[in-house]
Amino acid sequence: MLGLRHRGGCPGPGEVVALPPLEGEAAGGDHETESTSDKETDIDDRYGDLDSRIDSDIPEIPPSSDRTPEILKKALSGLSSRWKNWWIRGILTLTMISLFFLIIYMGSFMLMLLVLGIQVKCFHEIITIGYRVYHSYDLPWFRTLSWYFLLCVNYFFYGETVADYFATFVQREEQLQFLIRYHRFISFALYLAGFCMFVLSLVKKHCRLQFYMFAWTHVTLLIIVTQSHLVIQSLFEGMIWFLLPISSVICNDITAYLFGFFFGRTPLIKLSPKKTWEGFIGGFFSTVVFGFIAAYVLSKYQYFVCPVEYRSDVNSFVTECEPSELFQLQNYSLPPFLKAVLRQERVSLYPFQLHSIALSTFASLIGPFGGFFASGFKRAFKIKDFANTIPGHGGIMDRFDCQYLMATFVHVYIASFIRGPNPSKVLQQLLVLQPEHQLNIYKTLKIHLIEKGIL
Amino acid sequence: MTELRQRVAHEPDAPPEDKESESEAKVDGETASDSESRTESAPLPVPADDTPEVLNRALSNLSSRWKNWWVRGILTLAMIAFFFIIIYLGPMVLMIIVMCVQIKCFHEIITIGYNVYHSYDLPWFRTLSWYFLLCVNYFFYGETVTDYFFTLVQREEPLRILSKYHRFISFTLYLIGFCMFVLSLVKKHYRLQFYMFGWTHVTLLIVVTQSHLVIHNLFEGMIWFIVPISCVICNDIMAYMFGFFFGRTPLIKLSPKKTWEGFIGGFFATVVFGLLLSYVMSGYRCFVCPVEYNNDTNSFTVDCEPSDLFRLQEYNIPGVIQSVIGWKTVRMYPFQIHSIALSTFASLIGPFGGFFASGFKRAFKIKDFANTIPGHGGIMDRFDCQYLMATFVNVYIASFIRGPNPSKLIQQFLTLRPDQQLHIFNTLQSHLIDKGMLTSAIEDE
Repeated sequence: MLGLRHRGGCPGPGEVVALPPLEGEAAGGDHETESTSDKETDIDDRYGDLDSRIDSDIPEIPPSSDRTPEILKKALSGLSSRWKNWWIRGILTLTMISLFFLIIYMGSFMLMLLVLGIQVKCFHEIITIGYRVYHSYDLPWFRTLSWYFLLCVNYFFYGETVADYFATFVQREEQLQFLIRYHRFISFALYLAGFCMFVLSLVKKHCRLQFYMFAWTHVTLLIIVTQSHLVIQSLFEGMIWFLLPISSVICNDITAYLFGFFFGRTPLIKLSPKKTWEGFIGGFFSTVVFGFIAAYVLSKYQYFVCPVEYRSDVNSFVTECEPSELFQLQNYSLPPFLKAVLRQERVSLYPFQLHSIALSTFASLIGPFGGFFASGFKRAFKIKDFANTIPGHGGIMDRFDCQYLMATFVHVYIASFIRGPNPSKVLQQLLVLQPEHQLNIYKTLKIHLIEKGIL
Repeated sequence: MTELRQRVAHEPDAPPEDKESESEAKVDGETASDSESRTESAPLPVPADDTPEVLNRALSNLSSRWKNWWVRGILTLAMIAFFFIIIYLGPMVLMIIVMCVQIKCFHEIITIGYNVYHSYDLPWFRTLSWYFLLCVNYFFYGETVTDYFFTLVQREEPLRILSKYHRFISFTLYLIGFCMFVLSLVKKHYRLQFYMFGWTHVTLLIVVTQSHLVIHNLFEGMIWFIVPISCVICNDIMAYMFGFFFGRTPLIKLSPKKTWEGFIGGFFATVVFGLLLSYVMSGYRCFVCPVEYNNDTNSFTVDCEPSDLFRLQEYNIPGVIQSVIGWKTVRMYPFQIHSIALSTFASLIGPFGGFFASGFKRAFKIKDFANTIPGHGGIMDRFDCQYLMATFVNVYIASFIRGPNPSKLIQQFLTLRPDQQLHIFNTLQSHLIDKGMLTSAIEDE
């Protein structure tokens, strides 16, 4: 605690806080010494006693502990360091991809659990970085509060999404029904309890630190928890809406890396010096082609294409349905220039493949910005990787930084262009209305259906 | 900017200027981290006196303490009168006022961020913050306004597209802002830029979502807007009065002026006030009815059949109170029972919003959020207790009061597939028959 007192927050009365010498505070690891701007940056960083400490205390590139398993090390001991690194990354990539396939095979429920597990791990990684940046391990309550907020927000979102899809499941259990029906109120009450605990735990000396950690937690929740719930909602729309975007991003990562490795020459952006324009453009085209082909392959199977439903009789999740028009082959006439190239008048495509072009385009053009954002973040806080979970790759966040925006895009895309409202939800809401309203709606619907010739 | 740089570099002895007074207060506390003792002994500079000349002359005779009290009192009455005028003017004006308050609060908090991080010259950043504010507002308006102004929106083609695809468009706009941020990252200022980015987003989360929840509540019925806000204001005033006259035991270290006597006295006074106010307001249609947009008159109307909540009912008084008051039953609006819940929240949890803001001001060493209102500080200072109230009212309404919106349901129904429509229709039909609302004879028509 003594160490913490010297380090930051709102200093108590009469306390003299010594500053480390200016030389140790070169901001951002940049050693160019332009006098005034450098000095101003130093003062900028120094406004809060915190940042100055951090600059000098954390070494600029903390050595990452080597967690490569012994087996791999022995097998690769012969190769030079560069190829060894390449091989480790390659093996781990293949391992992750096979794990991915395995879980897909096991079904949507396992996928949901996987997404949840990843969310918790990412949250943990970012919060740990926050602790390290602000040296706030000993802040009272804070670790508990962060995890508590994570729980509240997850409960809120699950109540919003799960309730719709598991309506039949939920109706059976009385407590579940109560928890779901009033989930907004209960999660808000829980959140309030956490908020009041936070306010009561404000200590005079550390109030700024505490506010920082509070804000850090909330921004992390905003980024990670909302994304993961959007992923799960897309998943329930049909596993293809989950698989295709994620594979497009992974494919873009890999092909951009390969193109950059073999043809890379022009740097893309100062933030990530390893990225090149050749890699970017090559990755774009290969991802679009990959998405197109993957969509063609996956659209055939009902398993991937149907919305996930919970059947009470079978007591499990089923994906069986009549595929919608999106997933039925249609004939398209080719525009003239393509006709000349392919020498065919028409082609049979799934409409979904056209959507997949949009998704792959987003994955290759905007997805990398998520990666740049994470790179900027790592540079700002002078860390090399988010964590050391995966040997050769860094933490879970490192793998998922490009997915960051993809999940939101897919959800917005589906909500705007694809999905209609959920019929069972509409029915639920109808049944809750007042009887007079129900009667009015009944009459309106009847007129409409007769007009359309359905009745 | 040079002036600011100099102030940062040297000991501040510059004359206090209006809008820089809080930055000065901060600079006082921050630059001199190596002279903490000096900071502690030198009191924070007196905020510039914004009081209009007229008031100054009128009150020049009184002592400083009473003068302050009078200025606060007059401004309080002015604000309350302003509040009444706006209520009289109707829901559209209210909505505009809420928007303005939101923008001003956002501006105040962002300015504090700039002052804290001395980041006036960060490239792009002011533009980006306001741009994000615009995007998020567009998104939320698309979510709420679309439902209520459905008919208005359907008529105009551009409006229709803007509201139907609002999620996609606002997301695209947000993405553009995000990419601009990433492209604008400058090597020297990475951390600063990330801080400002985080600051902006937290501010948006707090300020914009609250204001849209307020507007949502407003559309439910003006009483759902007026009663919570008045309860918080009443609690503020009553706690202050009780504390002023009876205050003895301090409540929390964060805010040394608050006392337990003020807190408890304010609680009871607010509950009583809420009961009385809701009794008075429940009688009038203009407060009680949901706001609707009328196609024919092209304006907002508040005309309807009041729901059960707003019809007088007889309640049996429990035995213990019966002996005290001597009545067997009492006629109350059911809404008054809800108002007890709202006032309780306003008095017990509302102050935590105030403590949060006090902690925030201490953490960043500012006395007030801004100097907009003489004697009271900035707009945020007045609205910090409202912070949680808006969310609570919205959650309360969604959980316990409001059912789904029938016109919205019809909309959703019309976009379903025919087989789904048929399935829902049949289910509804059997449900209504079960309830006895339909007989087979009518159904066969």
